[in-house]
Amino acid sequence: MVTGKGGTGKTTLATALALALASGGKKTLLVEVEGRQGIAQIFGRAPLPYEERKVADTPQGGQVYALAVDAEAALLEYLEMFYGMRRAGMALTRFGAVDFATTIAPGVRDVLLTGKATEAVRRRSGDQRRGDQDGSRQPHIYDAVVLDAPPTGRIAQFLNVNAEVAGLARVGSIHNHAAKVMQTIRSPQTAVHFVTTLEEMPTQETLDGIDEVRAVGLNVGTVMINMVREPFFAPEVMASAAEGEIDTEALIQGLKATRMDHPERMARELAEEMTDHARRLRTESAVRERLSGIDHPRFEIPFVDDDIAPAALFALADLLRDQGAR
Amino acid sequence: MSATATSSTPPFDVDALLDDRDTRIIVCCGAGGVGKTTTAAALGVRATERGRDAVVITVDPARRLAQSMGLAELDNTPRSVPLPADGAPSAGTLHAMMLDMKRTFDETVEAHADPERARQILANPFYQSLSSSFSGTQEYMAMEKLGQLRQSGDWDLIIVDTPPSRSALDFLDAPKRLGRFLDGRLIKFLAAPAKTGAFRLIGAGVGMVTGIIGKIVGAQVLKDVQTFVTAFDAVFGGFQERAERTYRLLQAPGTAFIVVAAPESDALREASYFIDRLREDHMPLAGIVLNRVHRTAVRDLPPERGLAAAETLETSGEHPVAAAALRLHAERARVHERETRLREELTSAHPEVPVIDVPARPEDVHDLEGLREIGRALAD
Repeated sequence: MVTGKGGTGKTTLATALALALASGGKKTLLVEVEGRQGIAQIFGRAPLPYEERKVADTPQGGQVYALAVDAEAALLEYLEMFYGMRRAGMALTRFGAVDFATTIAPGVRDVLLTGKATEAVRRRSGDQRRGDQDGSRQPHIYDAVVLDAPPTGRIAQFLNVNAEVAGLARVGSIHNHAAKVMQTIRSPQTAVHFVTTLEEMPTQETLDGIDEVRAVGLNVGTVMINMVREPFFAPEVMASAAEGEIDTEALIQGLKATRMDHPERMARELAEEMTDHARRLRTESAVRERLSGIDHPRFEIPFVDDDIAPAALFALADLLRDQGAR
Repeated sequence: MSATATSSTPPFDVDALLDDRDTRIIVCCGAGGVGKTTTAAALGVRATERGRDAVVITVDPARRLAQSMGLAELDNTPRSVPLPADGAPSAGTLHAMMLDMKRTFDETVEAHADPERARQILANPFYQSLSSSFSGTQEYMAMEKLGQLRQSGDWDLIIVDTPPSRSALDFLDAPKRLGRFLDGRLIKFLAAPAKTGAFRLIGAGVGMVTGIIGKIVGAQVLKDVQTFVTAFDAVFGGFQERAERTYRLLQAPGTAFIVVAAPESDALREASYFIDRLREDHMPLAGIVLNRVHRTAVRDLPPERGLAAAETLETSGEHPVAAAALRLHAERARVHERETRLREELTSAHPEVPVIDVPARPEDVHDLEGLREIGRALAD
């Protein structure tokens, strides 16, 4: 499960993680649940249907599949699978009952979304539907399932479906379904990874999110610190630059050596950029200090000053693997 | 001095909007993580400096915002924000509150129902789920609160920060969807006592539907829903009508929408959808606030030239600080180029919508002074 505040690069890193886990000839499934078609956009392809589709091949024969889960379609599928009631499902749509069950009824929507992902976790080859009941000696279809989950602020509620549904539906098949989903989510096989940047608000949300996820009995995986900037200067230069003290004369000499026009003016302007850079990094190191207190592995992903093209995703995947994602 | 974007989009005159006494409601909307809440707070501070008596409704539970306004925390009642004494004598007042959707819902029930009926509604399990965790309730209650504050007449200017929805459009759609659902055919049938006309008309169809729903969620839920709808409908009349009333308030003169975005492709795509949607729904869009825009201080030095110069210095082994400064500039210039390109994609799709850029800050906002600075940048 990969979560993170909006704008931190959650979908990008979920995708890179699915690629990383597919290395060495493995097969992974990347699932999105918010109807944003973020995976399709990352790979620069047409919107994904409600169907598992291969989106990438990794070196040594690995494969990444992707699925955009839609709650309404998942409900119809669920009705058909458990009751053989496809036609009845259609009638429900007409009566607005699907709205009821997916948009309005608390937790039902989330159970359907997480249910699809956890079913893929349990699924084994040789069985189409109930992999957890038959053919348990067959290998799993997917070596790993990566869920691009809702943002940090909603993650604990989203994943704690059992409690949500149990509060409302005390009996009924959705209640049983929720219990099964929760069993997979709570198992040691599942971990929630947090994506953050070295800014205060995403970091605070991450720290709060970790507490909330633990409080509902789920496993925290890694904290992926995204867009980490490297200092361009030696520590003493950074420290004085943050205070606005810069040896402009040295800059002027350097610019003259490269035959730049207006070296004096340009040196002043470069000094302004240096101060901004040094202050940003000073803020970031204070934030990093706060993250160093948590006892979960931390990955760091460097800042990239361009759009993430599909090729760059493989480089990100390698970075994650080098830091221990496998 | 900053490098400026080359586009011909009209500048967004935020001060003119705040100075216009006819502006009574400002709604800030946009994707999650673009600085919507900070923008709403900074607009409040700026409005106050321009002599308005403003209240900011936020939905962000982060304590940081309250603290940056000098308050320990925010709750469901507007609290007075202590403003610095050095403000202009003509300065107005500022209040801030954080939407508590359950409390707002409870208070709405208590204000409209007699004590006995209110007690029944508040104790109903379906109501408790509806008021605390249903998707759409937060948006519905944000609208309800906005309507209440507007109706009270106590506020010269109300600034609303919209909930961090799955998509920005949820803010407009969720209240209606919730209203439509509660007013819908299905729930009317569910709420109707058995063997009434409605049931006979639809006959077996409804029986089947309720049967399936009962199977999915359990029969007790259906009973809770029926009790709730009966009690609630008696008190409030149509939910949909209520949702539509607040919807019309948003279209009324005196309301201004501000789309908040950041120069990232996801945030701009959401902004673009939202602009289209506001136009379709005849909602008055005042302009776009583009947050966290990275600027370069150095004029006329493209990234390629900066990098080439840095490499020359590195080869010579001299002037290491100048070389690193040129590399830093090259990185910033590339970011600036990319953001300019993204910005132009948005403005060419919506050439008539005014835009104001707010520069990225090296430090996070901690206090009123930080909000004032952003307010000044908004009016720049």
